[in-house]
Amino acid sequence: MASYIPIFLMIGIGLFLGIVFLTLHKILGPSRPNPEKLSTYESGVPPVHNARDRFSIKYYMVAVLFILFDIEVVFLYPWAVNFRALGLFGYIEMLLFIVILFVGYFYIWKKGALQWD
Amino acid sequence: MDTISILEPLLKILFIIFVALLPAVAYGVLAERKISAFIQNRLGPNRVGPWGLLQPLADIPKLFFKEDIVPAAANKFIHSLAPLISITIAFSTFAVIPFGDTITFSIGDSSYTTKLQIADVNIGFLYILALSSLAVYGITLSGWSSNNKYSLLGGLRSTAQMISYELSMGLSLIGVVMLSSSLQLDDIVAAQGGYWLGFIPKWNAIPQFLGFVIFVVAMFAETNRLPFDLPEAEPELVAGYHTEYTGMKFGIFMLSEYIAMITASALIATLYLGGWQAPYLEHLGLSPFLMSVAQMAAFVVKVFAIVIFFMVVRWTVPRFRYDQLMSIGWKVLLPLALVNILLTGLFVILYH
Repeated sequence: MASYIPIFLMIGIGLFLGIVFLTLHKILGPSRPNPEKLSTYESGVPPVHNARDRFSIKYYMVAVLFILFDIEVVFLYPWAVNFRALGLFGYIEMLLFIVILFVGYFYIWKKGALQWD
Repeated sequence: MDTISILEPLLKILFIIFVALLPAVAYGVLAERKISAFIQNRLGPNRVGPWGLLQPLADIPKLFFKEDIVPAAANKFIHSLAPLISITIAFSTFAVIPFGDTITFSIGDSSYTTKLQIADVNIGFLYILALSSLAVYGITLSGWSSNNKYSLLGGLRSTAQMISYELSMGLSLIGVVMLSSSLQLDDIVAAQGGYWLGFIPKWNAIPQFLGFVIFVVAMFAETNRLPFDLPEAEPELVAGYHTEYTGMKFGIFMLSEYIAMITASALIATLYLGGWQAPYLEHLGLSPFLMSVAQMAAFVVKVFAIVIFFMVVRWTVPRFRYDQLMSIGWKVLLPLALVNILLTGLFVILYH
């Protein structure tokens, strides 16, 4: 656990620097708000509606596929560390795993989940 | 818990942030402007100081003295939180990168030896993957909280792009782990010392060439740099996720982007180009202290060479369309990275 203390220190200092920057900006910068300045920027024309709206389902598709594949990636790491110890047996096991992964991958490809137009 | 175990990493952190990262970012911005000017046959900044060398000193205070505008429609708390997340994640990633071997300071007859790495954790690899996932939050939250359509689209695009390329990034790294059998970054650098056939440096980029190319492309996408800068594509989205940010809040996003680029370069150098290992250096017969300094210098040279490569690519390659970007990530890099794992496995089994 002791080897993680520097990491927490680094995170703390990063956050502290960010807060210092924002505070200095708040103190040094002027503050003269008016309704036009505070309105949402839409290329200079008065804004229509707001951005809390529906957006394309494809972004959700990408997120779901990412979760599936990322679990596979995480699963590959312990195997990769022990690869030399496992030898040919480990290689064939992982070959089977990656073949099954490829079957699922071609299924989503043919289903059109990777298609953006 | 003794004082030295806090003080030593603290000194290293302050050294990395104030001596390495912040000046590197300030002059990285200037270097990028100069390179773009050179490529476009312009002069670039040349008014502040000789050859514009004092330009960063004029630009950074300017950002502090600008008004901090938070749009009335925005979610004010998250709008301020997003840059904080970005900068924290950007700094923290550097904590596990080894920037040199051990160094020994000797004053009189007492000496002190320390490792040139902030945190030597045994899961350095997983830490980097975890932080690169967290980096998505700063951009997504800034895009959503601004309540601006351009920002929202920029944030969404960035999320989809970063998580897509993270898969290829994670998969291409598995080849390196298989060769070195360790998740610890200094083990990986140490394994890259020595030579093949007596003169070719044992860098991972040679046996892992496919993985190296995939990783570099994925890093361009992860850092939102051209040709993958769709999240802030200025002809379509004004400025993307940071459209509604002014002054130093915008500056923090800029800072995070450049630190992310430097970290990406440091990662490429560490994992594939031998890190602080400099070939043929041992023939010079330097003293141990000078040797450590020379290795640090070798690491800095490698990192800056890759940073310059990032900048030259930005100004010479046109931007992709969004469907092209997604199909490169999912249909080319992902299967290639899986094939790379199988080929590396075959190579390791046949070789040993």
